[in-house]
Amino acid sequence: MNSSSASLREVLDRHPGARRDALIPILQEVQEKNGFLSREAVTEIGRHLDLPASKIYGVATFYNQFRFEPLGRWHVQVCRGTACHVKGSLAVLEAVKRRLKIEPGQTTRDGRFSLEVVACLGACGLAPVVSINGEFHGGVTAESIGKILASCRDEAEGR
Amino acid sequence: MKTIQGTRGAAPLGAEKAALLRRETVTRPVLFIGTGTCGLGAGAARTLEAARRYLEERKIDAEIVQVGCIGLCALEPMLDAQLPGRNRLCFARVGEEDVQPILDRVFGGEPPSEKALFQFPAAGLTPWPGVPSMDEHPFFAPQTRLVLKNCGLIDPSRLDEYIARGGYEALSLVIHEKTPAEVCEEVEKSGLRGRGGGGFPTGKKWKFALGAAADRKYMICNADEGDPGAFMDRAVIEGDPHRLVEGLAIAAYAIGATKAYVYIRAEYPLAIERLRVAIGQAKERGFLGKNIQDSGFDLEILIKQGAGAFVCGEETALIHSIEGRRGMPRPRPPFPAVSGLFGKPTIINNVETLANVPFILAEGAEAFASLGTETSRGTKVFALSGKVRNTGLVEVVMGTSLRRVIFEIGGGVPNGKAFKAVQIGGPSGGCIPEPHLDVKVDYETLKTLGAMMGSGGLVVMDEDNCMVDVAKFFMDFIQRESCGKCIPCREGTRRMLEILTGITRSRRTEKENEGLERFQGVVNLEELAEVIRETALCGLGQTAPNPVLSTLRWFRDEYEAHIYERRCPAGVCTELLTYKIDADKCTGCTACARKCPVEAILGAPKSPHYIVEEKCIGCGNCLTVCRFGAVYTE
Repeated sequence: MNSSSASLREVLDRHPGARRDALIPILQEVQEKNGFLSREAVTEIGRHLDLPASKIYGVATFYNQFRFEPLGRWHVQVCRGTACHVKGSLAVLEAVKRRLKIEPGQTTRDGRFSLEVVACLGACGLAPVVSINGEFHGGVTAESIGKILASCRDEAEGR
Repeated sequence: MKTIQGTRGAAPLGAEKAALLRRETVTRPVLFIGTGTCGLGAGAARTLEAARRYLEERKIDAEIVQVGCIGLCALEPMLDAQLPGRNRLCFARVGEEDVQPILDRVFGGEPPSEKALFQFPAAGLTPWPGVPSMDEHPFFAPQTRLVLKNCGLIDPSRLDEYIARGGYEALSLVIHEKTPAEVCEEVEKSGLRGRGGGGFPTGKKWKFALGAAADRKYMICNADEGDPGAFMDRAVIEGDPHRLVEGLAIAAYAIGATKAYVYIRAEYPLAIERLRVAIGQAKERGFLGKNIQDSGFDLEILIKQGAGAFVCGEETALIHSIEGRRGMPRPRPPFPAVSGLFGKPTIINNVETLANVPFILAEGAEAFASLGTETSRGTKVFALSGKVRNTGLVEVVMGTSLRRVIFEIGGGVPNGKAFKAVQIGGPSGGCIPEPHLDVKVDYETLKTLGAMMGSGGLVVMDEDNCMVDVAKFFMDFIQRESCGKCIPCREGTRRMLEILTGITRSRRTEKENEGLERFQGVVNLEELAEVIRETALCGLGQTAPNPVLSTLRWFRDEYEAHIYERRCPAGVCTELLTYKIDADKCTGCTACARKCPVEAILGAPKSPHYIVEEKCIGCGNCLTVCRFGAVYTE
């Protein structure tokens, strides 16, 4: 048994006799542990809840939170809320896309960065906001985001 | 500023302990650091670390308290210092490197009071001379803090601090001395209306559920707050989670529910953590669980994390989401109050609504109803952001003018720019232009202006913002977030976005019949909006055209410039801009050419550069880097 199926088992064991209303929490816990929802995980959850995999995909694809591919070492979330928009977050997003050469929802080929656009992070006072692995960067510009991303890359290379 | 303090004491703790917990007396110096999400984003974690290190290295006996956001997000990170016998002083923008110089003087007994932003007035403590008190500070003076009164002041992870300020008094009173019907009556009399959007009278809603016969009922707190530009729910939960727990418990008692859910955004990890701690503490102390304080009332509160779908703010969609389905709304009636979660009567209120409840029950309906306007009672918390100096959370009595909120409390538009509009109520709301800023803010007045209260996000825009672009932004948002169940919302909003995109496109990129289709769309835009409004299934779709209709109503000239002249007056819609270089001003420094991502700028060093129009993507990099003002747009 590899580590991801072990942690899947662990999550499912925490929900014995679960019914359908436990589906979203289970998906969230599995994603939290494994970083994404693998095909095996979905099948296994379906068996546990007695639901066809199609229903589970139906729910999981509806919500923005769920991913079916692994994340990068650095997960870049660009906030596109109203306050961020009026203060220029589109330019920040464009700069990130240009630099990493990926679209939102994708991961760079070296697995270092993944990009996600979020509706609002709730830190509008600091707009425009970018969150990298949960750490917030406020007042970001198209210029400064380049430096932030470069420092992530440097860290990976141990410089 | 008015803070409405409870008249009741904190009986279970004893007067002395309560005073200690309210920090009316401190025996050793205390440092308070605002570590809400906004504070952490501004670097409060490093400030906290620096303060900890400082105390450790010098072996100073002092306490560090992590508090929530006081509301002035623009000046974070914030550090307050309180010395025994003296008022608590607040310092703004305390970065890592500012910690040592400030603390050197604080622990020398002479805090740099000249640098303090304000001091917190407290009975029995000696004030610092020359420092304004919090209620004199221009940001706080016009506010009335009822929902936010503890935010930024108390330690959200300590139940006793909430109790010391009158917390859980209302719950104890209600479950021992009032019947559920009396509670509903009291809330209805207070005039409290839902703070989430529609503004339905809360007491009335509760009565529906109380009157419904069922073996089981559910109370749900909607803490999803998907509205971009609103963050008051997050701030309340992070700064004062017990207020929500208490309000939710009272509501559950009033409708006869024994199980309550808090449906909260997964994007708010800190709020979830604080709430989890608060629920655990309340349970431990007998404010939740079985037979609460020997009253025979049972209540269990469960946290359900949302999964990032804006439509789940709609009641029936939220219920489906808790049941483990796609968050799609269903037609009403039956209303959730009759048949909701798992088919049982269910009431859904949002965080701010519930946070008002303890006050109403503790102080009486009249005290609440005396605030605000005829149709809208009490206070409203606004999340002020965008092009405004003092971004943050503002709580004012209903009926305060927007001008007061934006210019007096918010400090107006920075950088000498002119105010253009304020967007209120998120994707369901609208933009209000300068001439209408003097109207009183309440549910009804905002509707007459084509906006709505929504959740209370206020995003200020200045002359550099294009209103067509803003409408496009909201349409793009709605179009992505539409659940897809009903055609008006799924297809209609997509068509509206196409039309708006069409009018922001330049002739250069138009193909085949697009020019013709563009004009056809423009002709039908308003009619399309009306049809969506009338036929969509749920509130999300019905209000989706609002941002477009309100900008069309107040900023028609901007639309016309885009449509007829293919010009963006604010200079935002990049496709409509042509960048040029003034050869007389250009020194040939090559800065623009180096910053151009598509190599559209040519020219030899030290001689004037020029832009190849066909290559230019209109990113505007050259304009921002040019130090000689040689780049211009037309």
